[in-house]
Amino acid sequence: MSEGLRLETALKADGDLKLVAYMMGGHPNRKKSVEVGRRLATSGIAALEIGIPHSDPLADGPVIQRAGQVALEHGMTVEACLELASAIAKEGTPIVLMTYINPILAYDPRKFAAEAAQAGVTGVIVPDLPVEESEPVAGWLRAASLDTVFMVSPTTSLQRLQSICDHSSGFVYCVTVTGITGARKELPEGMPELMQKVRNHTPLPVAAGFGISRPEHLKALLGVADAAVVGSAIVAEIDKGRDPVVLVKELLKACR
Amino acid sequence: MSHPEHGRFGAYGGQYVPETLMAALGELEDVWHEAKADTQFQLELAGHRRAFVGRPTPLYAATRLSAHFGGAHIHFKREDLCHTGAHKLNNAVGQALLALRMGKKRIIAETGAGQHGVAVATVCARFGFECAVYMGTEDMRRQSMNVRRMKLLGAEVVEVTAGTKTLKDATSEAIRDWVTNVGTTHYIIGSVVGPHPYPEMVRDLQRVIGDEAREQYLSVDGKLPDAIIACVGGGSNAIGMFTAFLDDKDVALIGVEAAGEGVRTGRHAASLVGGRPGVLHGSYSYVLQDGDGQILPTHSISAGLDYPGVGPEHSFLRDSERVQYVAVTDKDAVAAFKLCTRLEGIMPALEPSHALHHAGVMAREFGPGGRILICLSGRGDKDMDSVEGV
Repeated sequence: MSEGLRLETALKADGDLKLVAYMMGGHPNRKKSVEVGRRLATSGIAALEIGIPHSDPLADGPVIQRAGQVALEHGMTVEACLELASAIAKEGTPIVLMTYINPILAYDPRKFAAEAAQAGVTGVIVPDLPVEESEPVAGWLRAASLDTVFMVSPTTSLQRLQSICDHSSGFVYCVTVTGITGARKELPEGMPELMQKVRNHTPLPVAAGFGISRPEHLKALLGVADAAVVGSAIVAEIDKGRDPVVLVKELLKACR
Repeated sequence: MSHPEHGRFGAYGGQYVPETLMAALGELEDVWHEAKADTQFQLELAGHRRAFVGRPTPLYAATRLSAHFGGAHIHFKREDLCHTGAHKLNNAVGQALLALRMGKKRIIAETGAGQHGVAVATVCARFGFECAVYMGTEDMRRQSMNVRRMKLLGAEVVEVTAGTKTLKDATSEAIRDWVTNVGTTHYIIGSVVGPHPYPEMVRDLQRVIGDEAREQYLSVDGKLPDAIIACVGGGSNAIGMFTAFLDDKDVALIGVEAAGEGVRTGRHAASLVGGRPGVLHGSYSYVLQDGDGQILPTHSISAGLDYPGVGPEHSFLRDSERVQYVAVTDKDAVAAFKLCTRLEGIMPALEPSHALHHAGVMAREFGPGGRILICLSGRGDKDMDSVEGV
């Protein structure tokens, strides 16, 4: 079981912006992703999201789609992702698994919850599982002491916002753009208002995600969000065979 | 008739979509229920069905085919005579009227065989919407005539090169477009699949097939058929046909899936016959998937059936055993296509050719007293290249 930091503590801003990095399990291949994950976990980030690849990732843009496809071609499985998470969790940085509902259903959600907790995973994000569909799976995750992180988007109504915040633990994931994952040049207008709206409904840390890739994006989020999730930009570095920690260090400088 | 409770048919259905779409699905459900209850909307829809789609479509006695199969009475519900050549327009017209009601400017769709894409491009031309149709590279190759039709109608055909390059990936890409442009765009799903309220709404728009057919069949000699057969990919023509007959317990309902090269070979698209429940494209239903929940590649000579999922109501009807589901191979479907063309002077699409083959099997079992009704969901000009290549 995880002896490490809880997400709620790790992602709360303290005059700074916490950085959450995303990597795809099994990308660029199974062996290298252990090394990539360990390096990211010790780079100064507040938490690491590990994607479990799915053949039909509806919320993901081309970079993460391709990384998932490569991982699947290398034979990556849910079980292997749990082993990967276990190896990386030993570094002490909180680990959040992100995957779609069907791989969890196929694996058996109770077994998934128990084994994820055993591996030292702290929380789980399932982007195609809105709160209305979340039981009984979310209950099983919580019973295994895993945080259940739900997403808010710019189109979320006030009524649903309250329900999403009530169902979330660890942090609330605020999708800043109306769209799928992938680097954008600029963050949308109205983003600070959206963050404030979410903050008014929850004491949990609020993390901004989707489209965030540049230091200037992070500067804009400083004081507005507790944390920022950078995914596609990091995955693109890994895809090109570069060390993603160089980018992470540069991004971290903008978080203070 | 089965009514979805909270968007579910028994255990099946639901709304497994990214958060961004939840508001749009709620709006669509509200607008659809309003429209259904609005006499003005119903009158308008009826008018378009009559003058634009060409309804009611005829009931046709296939006498030479009946004789060939040993004498059972075989009738076709002629959805191939709908404008644009398939039942798909029934749904596209209804959803286009809803898009007008919601004030959307742009419409997107996915397509496999191209019949739904053509139907959507057609209503976009008719009502003045901007239109983008997502289609896999592989399907663009085997259904090139429909690609040309869509372009002439003013639609942008967006090639999908990801994954299996067929209907599954085109649907995923259309959903991603919708997530991104949800404020201005309505997504017209082509079948009884996807998140609630689509399976229910598309069924309601397609049930005109069975409502008409039941009345027409009864008017011939006051009796109902012994068996009704329809092909099932996502399953919209089948649901459209079956819904009116669900309470007629003496009428056997049979859905025919694509067995491709044979269900045992693994190269098929028979989700209900060879799959197990899971989530694909926003709903819980039978899906072709591996042990890890990854969606499997499918195979069928018929692009319209080449899909690893199926509508959630079909999953419910399968488990409740009200509908029986079988699968027919590429080879048998092509033979039925040729037979029907030669004997009846009607060239069926490859999709309902699967149903035609199974009708032959059942006709021989029934013998001369048997009564079979087939949903001839579309015409086969689009399949010339595929059939001649066999």
